[in-house]
Amino acid sequence: MSMMKTKKYRSQSRSRRAGLAVTYTILTILGIIWLIPILWIFLSAFRCEYQEDGTFIGIVTSNFFPRAIGFENFKNLFTASYYGVEYAFPRWMLNTLIVAVVDCLISTFLVLSVAYCMSKLKFKLRKPFMNISMILGLFPGFMSMIAIYFLLKSIGLTGNPEHPEYSMIGLILAYSAGAGLGFQIAKGFFDVIPNALVESAKLDGCTNFKIFRRIILPLAKPIIIYQALMSFTGPWMDFIFAKVIIGAENSQYWTVSVGLYSMMFGSYPDPNWFTQFAAGCVIVAIPIVTLFMFLQKYYVEGVTAGAVKG
Amino acid sequence: MGSKVKNAPGGKENKIGFFERIGKAFSNFGKRFVDGSIGTKLSHFIFGAGNFYHKQYIKGAIFLLIQAAILALMIFCPTINNTPYGWKALANLPLTNVSKGGFDPATGEFTTGSDCKLMILFGFVTIAVIIIYFIVWNLNIASSYKADMDRKVGKKPTTFKEDLKDLLDGKFHVLMLTPTCIAAAVFTILPTAFMIALAFTTYNQQDMNEIGTNLFGWNGLQNFTSVFTGEGSLGVEIKNRFLPVLGWTFIWAIFATLTCYFGGIILALLINKKGLKGKKIFRTVFIMTIAVPQFISLLAVRNLLGEYGPVNALLQNIGLIDKPIGFLGLDMKDSEILAKVMVIVINMWVGIPYTMLMTSGILMNIPSDLYEAARVDGASTMKMFFKITLPYVFFITTPYLISSFVGNINSFNTIYLLTGGGPTHLGYQAGGTDLLVTWLYKVTIDQGSYNTGAVIGIFTFIITATITLITYRRSKAYNEEDTFQ
Repeated sequence: MSMMKTKKYRSQSRSRRAGLAVTYTILTILGIIWLIPILWIFLSAFRCEYQEDGTFIGIVTSNFFPRAIGFENFKNLFTASYYGVEYAFPRWMLNTLIVAVVDCLISTFLVLSVAYCMSKLKFKLRKPFMNISMILGLFPGFMSMIAIYFLLKSIGLTGNPEHPEYSMIGLILAYSAGAGLGFQIAKGFFDVIPNALVESAKLDGCTNFKIFRRIILPLAKPIIIYQALMSFTGPWMDFIFAKVIIGAENSQYWTVSVGLYSMMFGSYPDPNWFTQFAAGCVIVAIPIVTLFMFLQKYYVEGVTAGAVKG
Repeated sequence: MGSKVKNAPGGKENKIGFFERIGKAFSNFGKRFVDGSIGTKLSHFIFGAGNFYHKQYIKGAIFLLIQAAILALMIFCPTINNTPYGWKALANLPLTNVSKGGFDPATGEFTTGSDCKLMILFGFVTIAVIIIYFIVWNLNIASSYKADMDRKVGKKPTTFKEDLKDLLDGKFHVLMLTPTCIAAAVFTILPTAFMIALAFTTYNQQDMNEIGTNLFGWNGLQNFTSVFTGEGSLGVEIKNRFLPVLGWTFIWAIFATLTCYFGGIILALLINKKGLKGKKIFRTVFIMTIAVPQFISLLAVRNLLGEYGPVNALLQNIGLIDKPIGFLGLDMKDSEILAKVMVIVINMWVGIPYTMLMTSGILMNIPSDLYEAARVDGASTMKMFFKITLPYVFFITTPYLISSFVGNINSFNTIYLLTGGGPTHLGYQAGGTDLLVTWLYKVTIDQGSYNTGAVIGIFTFIITATITLITYRRSKAYNEEDTFQ
């Protein structure tokens, strides 16, 4: 009897080990597939190949692994001028950083304040507000994009010949103004905070403001970080809205993603810019990836909350 | 559960009919005028009068200032870029009173022509201002009437300081929601209303270039009927390409949603397998694709699969093909079906990590006694997956499935970055892999056909709204939303 049992156990563990080996293999293959495009950009960034006549090869090549590596592309990227802007890349990086920081502050504040109201306060227009914000969210964002451009232009916040720099203010407004309507994920998070906590604080004579500051905000750290991460990384990733709002001709005030995208598909892209484009991508991706890795826990929490609550 | 929903705030109000509510609102207005003090009565005409009557000077002054400012705007009609606000903006809305502008040889003067898009925009702003006027009008009467009532029961009317303090407590939601309301009204509602209006105009670059000015007019429903008739500047395009694009948008959304959903669940199961080491490393690898901006990673894929990219070179070197394959339909003669299959496959690369992340958490929360019980009953691993894991995950993630379907209908990046909508159909803007959104983008931004773009946008909205409303209203998340209160 016991012999049979150990035999069965042994065969089970053997099949389990085989199953694990299969899983490892599948995951490794998948992992490689998932990393290939990223690796391709990374390798292209360090590609440092010359033709026989000595000209630098900057275009897309058919060999995956570079024959020579170096930092040439990064050097070129930081010193060259693109689209008539001197030291274009550092400029675009700075523009993006400014937009991202301000957008992050405004958006996070708006989202938190709306989410708290919707979750923990009772007032007459609560349900209508929620329904309206849901309906507005269903219109494709690109539809109103051009209208926002007209609007900003009519108040001089973009396409302003005297103050081209105002278009950055316009972009920040365009990014952050609608943020408050995207409160659903944060609301889902606040909903889970027990109401008893709020009620008892109220009995102790706390005002709603105090409850928000002293009780809710300290508990909301994960969702604050999630919202901040999302709104901070947004401007680094968006290449459409920024281009329409700031304008194709206003290349000095582009964000870095508009700049990089234009190096590939702009009004006059140079095929030799590809490896520099790749170098730019690596520089943009490194901080964002690092942020994601460090704040992974909060990101997962936010995504899960959003999924379950809808 | 049911009883809780009934007791939820607002649950009872919904049962009152719409007309009853309007009637009630009117009787309320009448009551305030009749019952109110002389100050409240005056407030119906001069904002803040009631507050002055009750010695709430700061509040009264604020109301009065708002009234003065709005009336001044309405009467004096300030102009920006030669286009007026105020009553003139309302008079401009029919778009009939327009001037072409230009050099007039009779007077020797150069005049700027009218700008119809600004006329509509400013007309809408003026309508919004009128709505605000009546909201403030109502608030000012209510504020005065409340002071009346306070007096009646022997209380002192609230001071300005007390009102400010109340903003941090009883009226905290007003303080918290005002910034979002203002921002959303200006940057979301106004632009959306403006674009909806453009769908009923003749506003497109081709027609305007013919006239050579910023003039266009109202067009009724013609832009919508051109789906059938093919009239108008992009009418032929709309007529011939609308149904194919719509069909492909649906096929795309269904496949993109399902492949990423099930792929993500399977990947999550693999990574969370008992006894597997290096879970964190695997998960990090897949999160990388979320963290790297899509315009980088998808352009990299486009390069890899391009005509002169490494994949084609490799296939040629090992002798599988003679000439490069157009995987992504970037050329007109490339296969459309191959391009469609490729974008769906590549989209798995984008979407699977999201579902994996999400379902990982859910998988770990499945009560383990469910599996114990199944194992005792002798269920196989496969059976447990289909009878326990899948139903459980499916049940929890239904809202996600809906929102990701709607998200995929509007998935701009994948298509735009990979194929740019190609392969091109000669003479049309919409290519073989174009979705409604990418088509909308091309038509508005590249072509300047704002009216056609708006029509496509409205159709997209109708589709997504229908799907969302049908499924969302039935979902648990919506119906039991109030139970958290």
